[in-house]
Amino acid sequence: MRPAESAGAAHVSERELDTVNATTAAGLRPSPAPAAPGLRRPRRRRPRMLRLRGKMSVPQFLAVAGLVFAGLLIVWQVVTASGMVDPLFLPSPTAVWDRLSQLSGEGTLWDDIGISTYRILVGFLIATAIAVPLGVLMGVYRIWEAALEPVVDFIRYMPVVAFVPLSIIWVGTDDTQKFLIIFIGTFFQQVLMIMDNTKRIPQDFIDVGRTLGMPDRRILRRIVVPSAAPGIWDSMRITLGWAWTYLTLAELVAATSGLGYRITVGQRFFQTDLIIGYIIVLGVLGLITDQLMKLVGRRLFGWAEAR
Amino acid sequence: MSEPKVIIRGLRKEFVTAKREVVALDGIDLELAENEFVCLVGTSGCGKSTLLSIVAGLQEATAGEVLVDGVPVDGPGRDRGVVFQAYTLFPWLTARENVEFALRDEHLSRRERRERAAEQLALVGLSGFMEAYPNQLSGGMKQRVAIARALSYRPTVLLMDEPFGALDALTRKMMQELLTRVWEAHRLTVLFVTHDVEEAVFLSDRVVVMTNRPGVVKDEVAIELPRPRKYELVASDAFAEPKLRVLESIREESLKAVAV
Repeated sequence: MRPAESAGAAHVSERELDTVNATTAAGLRPSPAPAAPGLRRPRRRRPRMLRLRGKMSVPQFLAVAGLVFAGLLIVWQVVTASGMVDPLFLPSPTAVWDRLSQLSGEGTLWDDIGISTYRILVGFLIATAIAVPLGVLMGVYRIWEAALEPVVDFIRYMPVVAFVPLSIIWVGTDDTQKFLIIFIGTFFQQVLMIMDNTKRIPQDFIDVGRTLGMPDRRILRRIVVPSAAPGIWDSMRITLGWAWTYLTLAELVAATSGLGYRITVGQRFFQTDLIIGYIIVLGVLGLITDQLMKLVGRRLFGWAEAR
Repeated sequence: MSEPKVIIRGLRKEFVTAKREVVALDGIDLELAENEFVCLVGTSGCGKSTLLSIVAGLQEATAGEVLVDGVPVDGPGRDRGVVFQAYTLFPWLTARENVEFALRDEHLSRRERRERAAEQLALVGLSGFMEAYPNQLSGGMKQRVAIARALSYRPTVLLMDEPFGALDALTRKMMQELLTRVWEAHRLTVLFVTHDVEEAVFLSDRVVVMTNRPGVVKDEVAIELPRPRKYELVASDAFAEPKLRVLESIREESLKAVAV
């Protein structure tokens, strides 16, 4: 029902479609075939997934993705088993797995994951709690934008890495410093992204509120924020991914616990299996949080998706 | 007759763009009687939507004034309901909640609000879609909910800015009939902007033709077709005559625009 009604240009596009069909049909059809009918073999159609913009089922998609992962693992295993590379530089997948199992059994791995997750959560939540209201205000009030956008944009281009020594001098090496680095790494990006999310809501939505006689503050709370919420959530999801990078950075430089810290320990003792294992763990944790955010987002903002 | 419901007097609107100054409206004078249905037609860019927006209080005029019930308009208000061209239902609310959203300030109990919303949605034939979210509704349905929402708080003036502009031709016809039916049952003053001449003649008591930039009122055609109006009307001779008049009036403007 919808496609027919939604587009004002429905007739135009339909007509265009007809012409396109006519031309392609004319182009494909062999002009009065000179070849004997028996000689022309009917062309087999290519499988759907190999066509431009072709569709693919979910299991097929997962199968292909899984195969690539398995392929990478096999290449890794073969390379290490063949003795081409010194295991000191590249340990085998099984060695990495053994190391991770050992650390998991001892509880070290879980302690590291626990403390790192805690740091990420606190740092990210502080950044978000400030970025959301500021970003929304910057998205609807020009004066807030004028006051903050240039400053934020300026700071955004400063390399976070360069703040690490400064952060240690400022607050020492305890968790506060991790929060600070995660904050610097995510907050300034978040603010701008959330401002954009807010700017993107249709002016008509705000106008509806005004024609209903709603005061600005209520329009902000009841129309602007809910409209921008799915976009804001998405920005949070993306910046949360970056937060893992900054956390690791902070822990690599100055920490006595956490995933990043353990990697520096691994470096000290040439435990490349540990380092690679932990890098993979970090990747998996990032993937899990991303999927979780997606899942929750879909729950919260199901209305925003086309059905 | 009694005092006009809406008086537009010497309305002028200038826009300043980066390069130049554009006069969108240049001295519009127009009166709408109580319960009159007036369509504003003109080629695109003639400033008709700007005029509507000023009457709604969403934009400010450079000069001149708009009076509703003798009171100058100085911003949006609940005496005027507005239906926009774009879909403006809030996607996080159901059809019913969208209507109830407009009723928050009405000092109604929860139950009364619910009843009023149900009543309004029944008026536009959407009783079966009360709990549907906008993305489950077709374009025509969305605009019906928007009409129900704009009427729910009982404004005395309804302002419609090409509300059926995004719909396909068939749905559009249905919507015109529906609007006529609703309006014939619950009279109020309507200012309806469109560039579809047939739509304008079918719906209104009077068609106001606007010139191209700068926009001024060029012509007014009273449509004295009997009500209630049904879709067959557009095929009748009585319909053809005013339609032709409006068309000719607009055609002159279009030709001028092309000649420039």
